Amino acid sequence: MTTQAEIARNGLWNNNVALVQLLGLCPLLAVTSTVVNGIGLGIATLITLVASNTIVSLIRGFVRSEVRLPVFVLIIASVVTTIELAMKALFYDLYLVLGIFIPLIVTNCAIIGRAEGFASRNPVGPSALDGLMMGTGFLVVLALLGGLREIIGFGTLFAQAELMFGEGAGALTIVINPDYGGFLLAILPPGAFFGLAVLIMVKNWVDQRPREQAAAPTALPESA
Amino acid sequence: MSDAQLSSPYLSPGKPVGALMLQVVIALLPGTLAYAWFFGPGVLINIVFAVVLALAFEAVILKLRQRPIRPHLSDLSAVVAAWLFALCLPMHSPWWLVAVGIGFTMIAGKHVYGGLGFNPFNPAMVGYVVLLISFPREMTTWFLPIEVSGQSLGLADSLAFTFGAADTTGWDALTAATPLDQIRTAVGQDIPISEARSAPLFGHVGGKGWEWIALCWLLGGIWLLVTRTIRWQIPLSLLLSVVAISALFYGIDSERFASPAFHLLSGAVMIGAFFIATDPVTASTTDTGRLLYGAMIGLLAYVIRTWGGYPDGIAFAVLLANMCVPLIDYYTRPRAYGES
Repeated sequence: MTTQAEIARNGLWNNNVALVQLLGLCPLLAVTSTVVNGIGLGIATLITLVASNTIVSLIRGFVRSEVRLPVFVLIIASVVTTIELAMKALFYDLYLVLGIFIPLIVTNCAIIGRAEGFASRNPVGPSALDGLMMGTGFLVVLALLGGLREIIGFGTLFAQAELMFGEGAGALTIVINPDYGGFLLAILPPGAFFGLAVLIMVKNWVDQRPREQAAAPTALPESA
Repeated sequence: MSDAQLSSPYLSPGKPVGALMLQVVIALLPGTLAYAWFFGPGVLINIVFAVVLALAFEAVILKLRQRPIRPHLSDLSAVVAAWLFALCLPMHSPWWLVAVGIGFTMIAGKHVYGGLGFNPFNPAMVGYVVLLISFPREMTTWFLPIEVSGQSLGLADSLAFTFGAADTTGWDALTAATPLDQIRTAVGQDIPISEARSAPLFGHVGGKGWEWIALCWLLGGIWLLVTRTIRWQIPLSLLLSVVAISALFYGIDSERFASPAFHLLSGAVMIGAFFIATDPVTASTTDTGRLLYGAMIGLLAYVIRTWGGYPDGIAFAVLLANMCVPLIDYYTRPRAYGES
């Protein structure tokens, strides 16, 4: 039985959807040109994950295993459609920016992956928590990648924040260097690959460090 | 050990990397000097600055990777990559442009794959294409040959330009579109090529100055062939494919497609054929494969020049062909005797 702490650690770090499982790369690479876009899609994916995990877990006793995948897809599609309509009503400008990538959340492998891998064999509570943690892990990576690309590409941070948080949030925008000419590559698709590679590199580096420190004392006698 | 005791087959020990790279540097000299003669000393500043930066990057990365620094720095591979990269840049590029390009050349082009010998893409072209895509304004500020503009920037002025201390207003007369770009624009506006070519920028066959520089690259290329630094297959098939496809379209409509001679002596075809496409690490390694690889670059470069979004296509063509090298090598592997 997985504990809540383990679910949280898996979702946020050890088994991070974007950095370890490398799922959902299509939206990840496509919309993270700014922090706001990244957070917008991240929140939409997070809500979808929690809702779909919860529903899949609730009905897991009634669905025969032969038809489980179509049923999961139907559930996910309904959730995403709801979110898309809600977004259209509440954040119309952001909806226009994210465009096709909102309906495409349906095809995000991370969501059906969690439904199949976790929610369909665990009770409602842990499933919802798993959705929340996996979604948060994804959201953080989207926001980080968006920030990285926005700083390098445009020289700003939180540009167009008013799209999501209302008029007052326009003041959030930070212009780091007004003379910055921009670095187009970071905004273009290659920049997303470079950025994701850098994030994965940092994660692996952080993971390796304690192991190296633990290995160091045992290595000493051999060399001596 | 006496020779009499050895039996065949013999394997030549091969030249060390440093010796090969030294030949490339020697072969680059005539073209580089011609470039400086026609366009002013700015190009030399680009090269020296790029080489110094490349060696610095190389040393730092080798240190980080805990690799021996001295043998890798002295094999001249970083010097050649930086030199070729600097020749691709417009003259008087600002220092940060060179620095970003060299950074990508060394890090993303070479060391992330494991350093010299492991990179699938030509490092100099990686750095150049990154800049070309990211900084369209800086990368299209081409200076005119001295013969055309009648003015030359001295060494001090060029240095000031590179490091951003120069007053750039009033220098507009010194920059213009390259011959390839002009032909491209003319065709786009339905101006016949014969009319476009009457501009002062054009010389006997290609652009004024450019055509002589291209011939100097050819001279250096012949030196590389004579010293057996490169094989003949890649340059020959590359140049032949450019001639073949441009002759075909020139024959169809000589007012909308430039002549084969113009294509050969413009842009990066000559330097690409002998210096860039022949990079031993990223090129195909079989004889048939080299022919295919060269022809692919020539055809792609022509297609990009004529119908693509950029005036010259050698850099993109080389990178695209680099991608195909494992496939080409796989299908052109020479069959060992007895192997079915």
